[in-house]
Amino acid sequence: MDTGLFFEKLILVVLLFTISLVIAMYSTYLERKVAAWFQDRVGPDRAGIWGILQPLADGGKMFFKEDFTPVNADKWLFIIAPGIAMFVALITSSVIPWGPNIYAFGRDIQLQVANVDIGILFIMGFVSIGVYGIMIGGWSSNNKFSLFGAIRASSQMISYELAMGISVITIVLLSGSLALDDIVKAQHGINWFVFKQPVAFIIFFVCALAECNRAPFDLAECESELIGGYHTEYSSMKLGFFLFAEYTNMFISSAVIAVLFFGGYNFPGMDSFSGNWLALMCVAAFFIKILFFIFVFMWVRWTIPRFRYDQLMHLGWKKMIPIALINLLITALVIAFWEGWFN
Amino acid sequence: MKSLTNRSKMVSNKKMTFLEKLYLPAILGGMVITFKHLFKKNNTLKYPEERKVFAPVYRGQHVLKRDEHGRENCTACGLCAVACPAEAITMIAGEREKGEEVLYREEKYAETYEINMLRCIFCGLCEEACPKEAIFLTDRLVEPQFEREDFIMGKDLLVEDVNNRIDISLRQLTGKRKEK
Repeated sequence: MDTGLFFEKLILVVLLFTISLVIAMYSTYLERKVAAWFQDRVGPDRAGIWGILQPLADGGKMFFKEDFTPVNADKWLFIIAPGIAMFVALITSSVIPWGPNIYAFGRDIQLQVANVDIGILFIMGFVSIGVYGIMIGGWSSNNKFSLFGAIRASSQMISYELAMGISVITIVLLSGSLALDDIVKAQHGINWFVFKQPVAFIIFFVCALAECNRAPFDLAECESELIGGYHTEYSSMKLGFFLFAEYTNMFISSAVIAVLFFGGYNFPGMDSFSGNWLALMCVAAFFIKILFFIFVFMWVRWTIPRFRYDQLMHLGWKKMIPIALINLLITALVIAFWEGWFN
Repeated sequence: MKSLTNRSKMVSNKKMTFLEKLYLPAILGGMVITFKHLFKKNNTLKYPEERKVFAPVYRGQHVLKRDEHGRENCTACGLCAVACPAEAITMIAGEREKGEEVLYREEKYAETYEINMLRCIFCGLCEEACPKEAIFLTDRLVEPQFEREDFIMGKDLLVEDVNNRIDISLRQLTGKRKEK
């Protein structure tokens, strides 16, 4: 194997790992800050300047908590559940194209760990494994409320993944490829898919909220009814993993939304740059989009109260899926007419 | 049936329209409202650095006053202890010796004077009962302690420092002492 390629990918993997974790870490801080701003408060401001060290303090606290396992819990499943959640959250970042190629050390470096041909399917597949983390966590805790939370989470994910998948198919129809790299390249400049598929975007965004178990669809872990849902029995860094996985998921979802609908690393006026400068600006543009969507996630969370469970199911099966299907049908017909298949 | 008053209201069982069922317009409206709050001023007081200014009549930790020559006002008459509904005040009276005229204003003084801050309800009756204008409640907060014993404050904590007088002039303007 090419050693250069090996090191190039290794560095990229380590970098991505670090960036995902740091962004997840600071999302917790940002979440608290954003919540405070929306509620006319100040938010954490004691640890470091503007409370910038707050995530470190939280992490340190998590490490020093007692790591408690309930007596009747299934020990191995109990340990493995947060691991699955974290693993799934981190691995999806490997297929996302973070920017155009960079030329360095006489090599053409691709800013994507694995350019999988079925990129978006890979992401959908792994995200749906994420429910195992929650389900196993809730099951192995041997606690009614945890099990309730886990069952809610899994049924919610099943009902929303369908609509999500259908809205992704419309994008695949437009771009003609499942590879995320091709999807991004099809949205060159400001030619973003959100302008062609606003309905698909709304459906995908709502489903992403549900997939990440974020408010208003945070029924899996609602504090008031289920005292934390599937992570009721968890403590210490196991709980930390669950919470961390949620924020990593949020980061990845924002990235996927940006890739599918907001042109990934493309930005208007990108043709006037070239080479490494273009690549760097593209990466910056991509991260700005991701941060914006993380903010929108929080914005939604601190605006809307939680949906009732039957409302959630009605919305998923009776509204989202039909609308997504009709949208898919119309898109398919328009493309077919455009390509002249009916002539 | 006709109602006697016209206060009764018809219950609306209106079905939601399609747009309402989508929730989106309402959600977007809500998001606009929260977004406006981003730019609003917050009313947070950053406590240890900024402190709220108490009203002059605020009833906080007590002080035992000295007169203008630095002599203790308290004569250990015990009226404050009698007035105290929580029985938080105890004292032992002592007789002033020769040469102690600079320390105590009258022949009798309090050898020990203790207020249990955990019993105290900060009603201010001791202040009202005092005929010598010796005890006042101030706008200071009682400091938190780790041990219950530390809340029993003796004269070392209650009597004001000669060089670092505690201003209660605004309190004297309130209540019954106004006419003096």
